[in-house]
Amino acid sequence: MGAFDSFSAFLAMGDHGLYVWSAYAVGAAVIAFNVITPRLHRQRLISDHKRRMRREQR
Amino acid sequence: MWQAFVRWFHKWSSPKWFYTMSQPWSFWLGWAATLIIAAALVWGLMFAPVERLQGNSYRIIFIHVPSAFLSQAIYAAIAVLGLVGLVWKMKLAFFVAKQCIPVGASMALLALVTGAIWGKPTWGTWWEWDARLTSMLVLLLLYFGLWALHNAMERPESGDRAAAILALVGVVNLPIIKFSVEWWNTLHQPATLKFTEAPPMHPSMLIPFLMAIVGFYLASMAWVLMRTRLEILQRERKSRWVEDELNRFAEGQ
Amino acid sequence: MTFLPLLRSVFRREMQLAYRRRSDLANPLLFFLIVVVLFPLGVTPDMTKLADMAPGVLWVGALLANLLSLDLLFRSDYEDGSLEQMLLASLPPTSLVLCKVWVHWLVTGLPLTIMAPLLSIMLGLPGSALPLLMLTLALGTLSLSLIGSIGAALTVGLQKGGLLLTLLIMPLFVPVIIFGTGAVQAQVAGLPWQAHLAMLAAMTTGSLALSPLLTVAALRIAVGD
Repeated sequence: MGAFDSFSAFLAMGDHGLYVWSAYAVGAAVIAFNVITPRLHRQRLISDHKRRMRREQR
Repeated sequence: MWQAFVRWFHKWSSPKWFYTMSQPWSFWLGWAATLIIAAALVWGLMFAPVERLQGNSYRIIFIHVPSAFLSQAIYAAIAVLGLVGLVWKMKLAFFVAKQCIPVGASMALLALVTGAIWGKPTWGTWWEWDARLTSMLVLLLLYFGLWALHNAMERPESGDRAAAILALVGVVNLPIIKFSVEWWNTLHQPATLKFTEAPPMHPSMLIPFLMAIVGFYLASMAWVLMRTRLEILQRERKSRWVEDELNRFAEGQ
Repeated sequence: MTFLPLLRSVFRREMQLAYRRRSDLANPLLFFLIVVVLFPLGVTPDMTKLADMAPGVLWVGALLANLLSLDLLFRSDYEDGSLEQMLLASLPPTSLVLCKVWVHWLVTGLPLTIMAPLLSIMLGLPGSALPLLMLTLALGTLSLSLIGSIGAALTVGLQKGGLLLTLLIMPLFVPVIIFGTGAVQAQVAGLPWQAHLAMLAAMTTGSLALSPLLTVAALRIAVGD
């Protein structure tokens, strides 16, 4: 497997696994933030719009 | 030629035009970024050789450096967009600048946290008042200031212009801050373990590294476009076409 | 009226206003005193350790005290509408802003500088460092007032501008505090300090040239709405 002898060696990262994987976890969290917040914003826009439409009909 | 350029420029300053045109752009940029980042990280994590001095902990570089790079590039972009908005009274530039802030701030935060995590195995401590970490922290604070200023203003239009001025002040100050922090740092701790003069990277590390930078760049562009489109819908919600668009969304949901 | 008499009358008005709120003007000084007193209580009463920290503590205290007073720089003029008049007047608005900032420095930065020797004795700073400490504080607080005026102008229209002002302006103060404390620390350690002082003076000159323009632009946003 590339630079590593086995999958467990890949996970261990030669004693630095904790550091490497926690850094990558933070990276994944930041990417998730950037992907999810626009979606939430979009839903909020739509629900605001619906509420406005209902108010106007009344 | 020039007139064609001016016409093209004016077209892009119309929120409706931007909204329609940016849709395929954000889609394809997003997918290209996903593929490039995935390839870069698989290569960087699994196939790039171990670094001689730092062992495997150097693999953090594949997200640390791209995010640090992007956080500075995005701040510069915010200042340029702010200037464009102030000079040509182009509200679209302000919309883009505003939505650059959360993306840039998240990049600065990522660079800071991964830098601290990387610091533990290399320096033996989570936080070091290293010049680059310190100026990154200041950059993050500048981002928070921009966002807070936007939120504090009652009228979004004045928030746009105020934030543009603050971004200009910040962009003039950033090189001075970096310089002063480096100066201060060398005064206080002359010889910490640093890798400023690392040997040139081997291609097997350099290629995934450059790919990661390109990938983060494309992803940030896609995110900013996505956010700007929503900002347009929110700010222009009184106009006819936005109402139609929102109706379409509401039905599709 | 021509330029100079007009400017002089603005200056006189500012000084009179400052004199009328003289109890407000004491607040930054008291704040400075309290911050400096808290440090030995919180860290250590050991005079040798305090002497090492003294330039930094004095500088941080002066910076915070200055920041505290910035919120009021344009507020009363904004609330009673005279700011709008000033921006419309025949006087160039940048010179007006400079005049206001100059008065702000005279009533906060300068008293803080004069007060610093007293507090530096309490922190055991060597007496030989005093002239340089006062010089850096005098230059530095002027630079802080100038940079801070941009933040004060940006937040003048807001109800709760004070805390936001701190968030906006604090990162921009980083170089000032580094060069200011750096000069004093270098002198105490027997190292050359002239370069630090030159950098601090460059910061002050640069902010003198640039910040009034940006402050006026920011004030126009606040007044325009």
